[in-house]
Amino acid sequence: MGHIKLTNVTKSFGAVDVIHGINLEIANGELVVFVGPSGCGKSTLLRIIAGLEKPTGGELAIDGKVVNDTPAADRGLAMVFQSYALYPHMSVRQNLAFGLENTKMPKAEITERITEAARMLEIEPYLDRRPGQLSGGQRQRVAIGRAIVRRPVAFLLDEPLSNLDAELRGSTRAELAALHARLSATMIYVTHDQVEAMTLADRIVVLRAGRIEQIGTPLELYNSPANRFVAGFIGSPHMNFLEGTVEAVQSGKAIAALPGGQRIEIAVNGANIGKGARITVGVRPQHITVGSDAAGIPASIKLVEALGSETVIHADVSGQKILVVAPGQHNLTPGTELRLSLAAAPLHLFNERGLRLDHAV
Amino acid sequence: MKADVPGKTGLGIGEVALVPVRLAMGLIDAPLRWLQRVAGISGMAAFFLMPNMLIFGIFILLPFFINFAYSMTGSTALFLSDRTFVGSEQYARLFDCRNYLDPNTCAEDTFWTAVANTGWFVIIQVTLMIVVSLVTALILNRELAARSFWRAVFFFPVLLSPVVVGLIWKWILQRQGLLNFSLYGFGFEPYTWLNDRNWAFAATVGVSIWAHMGFYTLILLAGLQAIPKDLYEAAEMDGTRPARAFWRITMPLLAPNLLVVVVLVLIKAVQIFDEVYVLTGGGPGTSTLYLTQYIYETGFAAQLRNPGLAAAASILMGVVLVVLTLLQLGLSRSSEKKGARK
Amino acid sequence: MSRVAEFLLRRKGGKGWHWTDIVTWVWLVGGLFIMFGPAVWLVGSSFKSPAALAEFPPSILPYVTQKATVEGYDKPLDLYDVTLPDGSKATLAEVRRIGIISQMVDPQKPGEIIKVNIAERTPVRQMSFATGNYTEPFTQFDFVRYLWNSVFVTVTATLITLVVNSMAAFALSKYEFRGRTFAMLLILATLMVPLSVIMVPLYSIISALGLFNNLWGVILPTVATPTGVFILRQYMLTIPDELIDAARMDKASEWQIYWRIILPLTAPALAVLAIFSVVWRWNDFLWPLIVLSRKELYTLQVGLSIYSGELNVQWHFILAMTVVTMIPVVLVFIFLQRFITTGIAGTGLK
Repeated sequence: MGHIKLTNVTKSFGAVDVIHGINLEIANGELVVFVGPSGCGKSTLLRIIAGLEKPTGGELAIDGKVVNDTPAADRGLAMVFQSYALYPHMSVRQNLAFGLENTKMPKAEITERITEAARMLEIEPYLDRRPGQLSGGQRQRVAIGRAIVRRPVAFLLDEPLSNLDAELRGSTRAELAALHARLSATMIYVTHDQVEAMTLADRIVVLRAGRIEQIGTPLELYNSPANRFVAGFIGSPHMNFLEGTVEAVQSGKAIAALPGGQRIEIAVNGANIGKGARITVGVRPQHITVGSDAAGIPASIKLVEALGSETVIHADVSGQKILVVAPGQHNLTPGTELRLSLAAAPLHLFNERGLRLDHAV
Repeated sequence: MKADVPGKTGLGIGEVALVPVRLAMGLIDAPLRWLQRVAGISGMAAFFLMPNMLIFGIFILLPFFINFAYSMTGSTALFLSDRTFVGSEQYARLFDCRNYLDPNTCAEDTFWTAVANTGWFVIIQVTLMIVVSLVTALILNRELAARSFWRAVFFFPVLLSPVVVGLIWKWILQRQGLLNFSLYGFGFEPYTWLNDRNWAFAATVGVSIWAHMGFYTLILLAGLQAIPKDLYEAAEMDGTRPARAFWRITMPLLAPNLLVVVVLVLIKAVQIFDEVYVLTGGGPGTSTLYLTQYIYETGFAAQLRNPGLAAAASILMGVVLVVLTLLQLGLSRSSEKKGARK
Repeated sequence: MSRVAEFLLRRKGGKGWHWTDIVTWVWLVGGLFIMFGPAVWLVGSSFKSPAALAEFPPSILPYVTQKATVEGYDKPLDLYDVTLPDGSKATLAEVRRIGIISQMVDPQKPGEIIKVNIAERTPVRQMSFATGNYTEPFTQFDFVRYLWNSVFVTVTATLITLVVNSMAAFALSKYEFRGRTFAMLLILATLMVPLSVIMVPLYSIISALGLFNNLWGVILPTVATPTGVFILRQYMLTIPDELIDAARMDKASEWQIYWRIILPLTAPALAVLAIFSVVWRWNDFLWPLIVLSRKELYTLQVGLSIYSGELNVQWHFILAMTVVTMIPVVLVFIFLQRFITTGIAGTGLK
């Protein structure tokens, strides 16, 4: 139970197309995260699955049954909303019971399920309070509880942590992961925060402008992003990109010239690049080494952020901004020069259209 | 107003009283679920809208359109099908005057008397109403002790029914009334005010202001209180003289509210009827006969009632009201926009 | 005008009494008398007997001249305090008055007539509340009937208004459908079509429906108020749509969403509308006057105006009935004033 399949799902609001042909299969028990910048269509996609929006085209199937025309109530899904959407005029207990009463469930079973969920989420002391009397974190638990008591085919979570403060967000994230492990239910989780996506997901679906950019496990996305967008979106601080032109290709290596005239050597890994191609080289800030090696790329320091455990260096390489995260503490001053080495770094190559060139890692 | 989170649970008796309501609501849920399945969610929207629209259509929209047909028919028959078509005859009759400035030269002289009376009433009453409400609002906007009490004092008559208002003042203005009693103390002889054409007219103006000024004061006061206090403090820091602050800060910022109030007062003044009908009955003679009473009497009360003529007169009044209402909607929209820009 | 501005900007705790403070207090105290005075006078008068009402100058409180039944006279006679020619004082009953001489009699010695100059006598008066003004209309007129008619119209119309308007407001605020803007504009346009404009054709519709001389003929045309729909819709727009989505996920039907989620959350606006509706319907006059021509169907307002327009106005009853008519509105005013004033200030609607 809990297998969801989308085939060519599209959605338009009037003349505006917001979802362009989504194909996606979510396995039973999987925790899939939809991530992307705001306006990418991730929430709309979730609402289509929920049944709160009707897809304009395509097919949506739950457990093999096409549910395009099934109303939200009959899809057996439960949703946790960004604003929690707790009924403010009902007590926590009534909030949890409301959905169950609507299915004409016997009172005894309702009580049993509420008790169980309340124990699981540690919200027993607040059962008779109104949502207005609870803190943000407590409301969040109630919202999750309201979904749990329904024993749904799948949980849909729409940015459930975005209204919490940073500290609470971290701990709740861990609890959500534990909950998923415990319930082993299908969950679809929407967020714009790539850290949440990385830490929670079995698989991440990166969306942009209504299209899927890449689907994969968190590490797949991190290690071999399919395009410049995914590369820039996953990972923090985000990946550095250097524009360049290929000057020569020989024995699995290519020499690329950066605008400032520096040349870097890149392992091609069988990618098809010819001389004169304009490419983008991506490198994560953590993979750049700082040194005085004469072979390194000369860079001037613009700003140094000493975080203690690591040092974030904002540097300038012939007009292109580069971010370097160096472990430990470094005594550097803005305005001075230093050399950056990419020798040890895994490099990501993208063509002019932003697509990844080497698909072997 | 905004929806916010209600405080506590427990209405006690209220909850008990709600039990039958709950049962009834629950009972109709099953057929409505069926309806929802058949008609879909947009069908339910139509279902929710229907009762209001049905009543609205039958009792407001339909009469509105029938009114035009009515105004083009003659005879005293009630139903449209029994009435004879006369074209624009009713309008021609209303406008049949040798001299429009003199009602006595008109075929339908009472109509023109009513128009003239209403015109004078509107001019005088609206002016005085605005002045009185504005001054009261300005005074209530000062830092007063017990402001809500004073606001309530001026608001009190607003809720009274026009009939009660009319009767209270009829009682006060009669020969043995409070007014004569007060004046008697200053050596005046008792006078029957409502038998005097001019005093009766003045009474209708005064009484209608007495009854409704609290409402407009309230709107103006809300407008005044919405003006941020720090504007005045800033003006003071700039060395602005209070007079200048009044004309350059208070008035411009209050202007949108003031305009809306002016139009609201106008709309109400054109339709004046209830309290005047009870107070003077339109008299003495026709000195306080206003348009609505003319329509009412021509359509229902007169010996030779003529619904067609009443309908024609009411359409003429309707045209004036539509213009005024459009003005009001336009004004409140532009003031909303200004508010949003703030 | 510069002075006006000065008094606007002056702040309390300034330099003593400014002339604007005097204007303020004169205006306020004058307002207190002008606004409350007439109503107080009405209540005071309503307790006076017909004789006391006809007096001029009138007394402020209801006084009644004392009467005594004297042997040998059929009717009770008015009692007077009299200063006798010898300077002594006595309480005598007046038999008749001729010119400036009053013929009086001592109730203890009814045989002997005493002649007194009317300047030497003052009536014996006692405060007395003519409560009969209040109790008699209940039996003598159809007052109870009018009261019941008014209550029935007010309560029924308000309940229907709340249900019908809230349903429409729900549809207009929470559903997307073709013609929504049109419906909203249509309702707003009603503001332009007041009763005074459509009373003639509306009367024919009411008659065609058989609602002439029927309280439902008074109720139905009033319940689809544009104001009510407008107030409720504005309020419902502030209820987050996610709540409705959540309820739909919770398998609630649209009807349940309406009455279990939307209605309870709209309670404050519903309360305001209910108060307004009660006051409107209680005070309605012109329409009931047109629709109701049978005495037993009159509402209080109509009954009062008809009786006060009669040739021989029985003011003592009219005044008492006016006071009774005022009571519900005054109660609303005392207890719910805050609701009403914030309602008006918030919506600008009456």
